[in-house]
Amino acid sequence: MKCTEFLQELTNYLDGALDERTKSELEDHLAWCHNCYVVCDTTKKTIEIYRDSELYELPDDLRGRLRSAIMSKCSQHKKSSPGSA
Amino acid sequence: MSAIQSNVSEPISEELALVRAAKRGDDTAFEELVKRYDRNVFRIAQHITQNREDAEDVVQEAFLKAYGNLAQFQEQSKFYTWLVRIAVNEALMKLRRRRPERMVSLDEEVKTEDDSLPREVADWSPNPEQMYNQAELRDILTRTIQGLPAGFRTVFVLRDVEGLSTEETADALDLSIPAVKSRLLRARLQLRERLSRFFQKRGSGDGNK
Repeated sequence: MKCTEFLQELTNYLDGALDERTKSELEDHLAWCHNCYVVCDTTKKTIEIYRDSELYELPDDLRGRLRSAIMSKCSQHKKSSPGSA
Repeated sequence: MSAIQSNVSEPISEELALVRAAKRGDDTAFEELVKRYDRNVFRIAQHITQNREDAEDVVQEAFLKAYGNLAQFQEQSKFYTWLVRIAVNEALMKLRRRRPERMVSLDEEVKTEDDSLPREVADWSPNPEQMYNQAELRDILTRTIQGLPAGFRTVFVLRDVEGLSTEETADALDLSIPAVKSRLLRARLQLRERLSRFFQKRGSGDGNK
């Protein structure tokens, strides 16, 4: 397996979406190709860092305000077009 | 019982029960759906629009649209996937309005096949997130993901941050499964490459072991 072929399958590999045979070909490649090993490992870390990052958490006070605004608009909508919701 | 009927006899999910109650006019049930997904919609909206006010608007507009069109929701996909689809469209509209000079589309294609090929393969520090304080890390992650094209950013956020499946992401974005996979690969590789600047092992770049 070449490095470019490895890269093509990287997403499927990280998502556990490969058949056993392709997976084992990939792992053979990883065993001797240090660059691909690093790319694979750091791509995995990239995903984990973003998954755990809690970027853009919705603060409680804003959350409460947004919810009241949504529910009050929903109830206006219901009054203006009864039977549609 | 035949296999074909097995779906019918499955107990309906809690989500679907709420959706059906909301369809019958039960606003408390709809409010439960809001509580369940408002954080996710806000996060997705802010990732796409990169603007807090726009994200607040998107949350409101997406839920309101969902409420107004609930009768049209066919229950063939999850309510959440349907909601994400509405939210993504609202967010992209905001983005286009804010940046009319740049075409913003989920269909923007990648110019070359090589744009994501790794150039920088230096290994990272074993605990990269501990190299910076929380505020610095947040800043690095935000600026890095903001540098991706909207189409890549959106796929990455839905798949890897929000945990939608490839099929759900394709459904929410109206993309084919191969298109989702190809964007996801490129998004992941581009983010990795850009983060390497911040996270690579320090003091090991000169060949001294």
